[in-house]
Amino acid sequence: MRTNKEHITGYLRIKGQMSVSTPPAAISELRERIARLEGSNARARTVLPFGVHAIDRVLPGGGLACGGLHEVAGGGNGAVDGAAAALFAAGIAARTAGKVLWCVTRPDLFAPAIEQAGLPPGRVIYLEAGDEKSVLACFEEGLRGGFGAVVAEVTRLSMTASRRLQLAAESSGAIGIAVRRWRRQTEATDFGQPTAADTRWRVSVLPSTPLPVPGVGRARWHLELIRCRAGESADFTVEACDAKGRIALPSDVADRPLQKEIGRRRASA
Amino acid sequence: MWPTDRFRRKSGAAAPPPETPLVLIGRDGRRRVVLAADAAAHAAGLRIGMPASKAQALVPGLVVHEADPEADGNALERLALWALRRYAPIAAADPPDGVVIDTTGADHLHGGEAAMLTDMVERLGAAGLVARAAVADSWGAAHALARFGKRTTTVIPSGETAPAVLVLPIAALRLPAATVDGLRQLGFETIADLAVTPRAQLTMRFGPEPGRRLDQAFARVSEPIEPIRPEGIVEVRRNFAEPIGAAETIARYTGRLVVELCAELETRGQGARRLDLLFFRVDNRVEAIRVGTALPVRDVKRLTRLLTDKIETIDPGFGIELMRLAATAAEPLRAKQMISSLAEAAEPDVSDVIDILANRVGVDRLYRFAPVQSDVPERSVRRVAPMAPDTGGGWPGHWPRPARLLPRPEPIETVALLPDHPPVTFTWRGVRRRVKRADGPERVFGEWWKRDVELAAVRDYFQVEDENGERYWVYRAGDGEDTATGSHKWFMHGIFG
Repeated sequence: MRTNKEHITGYLRIKGQMSVSTPPAAISELRERIARLEGSNARARTVLPFGVHAIDRVLPGGGLACGGLHEVAGGGNGAVDGAAAALFAAGIAARTAGKVLWCVTRPDLFAPAIEQAGLPPGRVIYLEAGDEKSVLACFEEGLRGGFGAVVAEVTRLSMTASRRLQLAAESSGAIGIAVRRWRRQTEATDFGQPTAADTRWRVSVLPSTPLPVPGVGRARWHLELIRCRAGESADFTVEACDAKGRIALPSDVADRPLQKEIGRRRASA
Repeated sequence: MWPTDRFRRKSGAAAPPPETPLVLIGRDGRRRVVLAADAAAHAAGLRIGMPASKAQALVPGLVVHEADPEADGNALERLALWALRRYAPIAAADPPDGVVIDTTGADHLHGGEAAMLTDMVERLGAAGLVARAAVADSWGAAHALARFGKRTTTVIPSGETAPAVLVLPIAALRLPAATVDGLRQLGFETIADLAVTPRAQLTMRFGPEPGRRLDQAFARVSEPIEPIRPEGIVEVRRNFAEPIGAAETIARYTGRLVVELCAELETRGQGARRLDLLFFRVDNRVEAIRVGTALPVRDVKRLTRLLTDKIETIDPGFGIELMRLAATAAEPLRAKQMISSLAEAAEPDVSDVIDILANRVGVDRLYRFAPVQSDVPERSVRRVAPMAPDTGGGWPGHWPRPARLLPRPEPIETVALLPDHPPVTFTWRGVRRRVKRADGPERVFGEWWKRDVELAAVRDYFQVEDENGERYWVYRAGDGEDTATGSHKWFMHGIFG
């Protein structure tokens, strides 16, 4: 059943790219049928835009789907410490309305940093669960329960579990963010396993924005959209969340197209 | 110790100082004997049951007061009530000097059995009561271990009660004093001696009591705890002509009880903060569910959901003949106006899901962070209840803070210039990193008003970035010049995202 759907979407995408002359009516009709198959057409899905055109352009609907599950993991050492992934998740959660539930198993999150990513301490309720299983159970309960966003740090996320989470998120319209965090670097290969999440991101740290004086500038991330349902994967270089939870394109990337920059660097090398 | 502790507590400032021996005396038949002695009196060699005149002759300056067993008993009931409110839905006084609590299914809300016992003993200690506590499979075993165990708090894992109890003296068995004396004369010292003796002879000589107490200690016969019932609480009950056992039936009647309870609460203008649902089984055992809420609640649906979530923890055995639902903690609940503005949408209420989660993982596992005015990072946050009023303030935000703060700062090896340069390279967890950029120092002074050793202590924090762009929060203990301010060793304290 599931593979069928993916086939249809894949087919559509290829068709759409190959021949511009396909009548849009047929496509929209097919899309409707797919939506009916997926069963989520009861609720018009709203999106949460990043406010960065380059990113919003590749996401279906122009932003992160509300009422969906999204996966975030850190790259490199970030797979273990999950620091950048947590800040990225905090930035998304900060831009939703209402309270935020944050489920953890290891209580090493530093609340002042979360506030600096846009989430004031009055909005976040932390839940310290004993094990992975209860994190997932509480994650699902939170998604059904009226929070604006629910963030949970999970190690293993099976297809079944993620499907349950996705359905829970669809039922309430809350954004669910699974921050994938592993005990060891080698376990991070688990991130390749398929899940039912809407999008899958990897956040890796980059050297910070250069300053004219000695010091550390605004943090930069290499943001990879590894998987996106009904969309293309892409990667970006962004500046980390500001005090309102917004990420931004670095000015040197924003002012000049990335392609040209790479071309010039190659030419000069 | 209970009567003397209670006496000291009651006397308040007029109480004799703790190093002065104190005994309480009363009548035993026609003699006046010591009925209670405190720790100092025990140290001075006074024993319970000793004639009062002998005690006074032995210890000069002994403080003697009249015992009041009736008031002790009443105070013990109040203590049981406190335990009921605080720890578990089934609690009762265990006269003359104990409280018995059925902690099944309640310990995880207090961080496990050991943590719960420590918490109990500390709280009672803060109130001036010397307490000892034990958890075991049976009332008899817990009673014995609390009084004769080696440590202040004892936790015996399930199924390992017998070896722990066998080594205790026979006085631990809750037998009448005359029986204990008689057994001692026959050479019985420990429970093990008694346990291997054939039952028939024991019963011939001492009646059925020793055998019954032995069976109770080893949980071979049940010993139901008759839970204390606080007065003036809202309580509804339902008897069943035929015992019920199916989960669906229990859920249905739970729903009906909640409806009745909410109607009763409404007439009082109250909302429940804690509900205890007791199931009295046909085999004379009591099972219990306890749920708590963050705010007073009178919503039938929410309360039913909280209770029915826990039905699977109940073992109905051969059937349940009586269900009793009580709001052991209730608070005034007043009607309040909903937001009626058309423009702004009301923020969804999350208190119900918080209640569900809190009853699942434990109240202390669900929290919010609130700022504390302290420059020492690990002290700058404290946990508050999830529904505590929002103070609105945050942390001063002019310095970046790491997303992950290590539970303990980890020592790192560095190459750094003194006094105020960041490290050039550092080695953490066996990986050597070259610092490309750094910011700092941010100087944090010790809080001398908290601990004397922090009088001169200084930490200099640096934000450093290595060539891969990974950003870390490191600090040097000491200001780099004066060794009195710290060891000048470097530590890793956090990871920026």
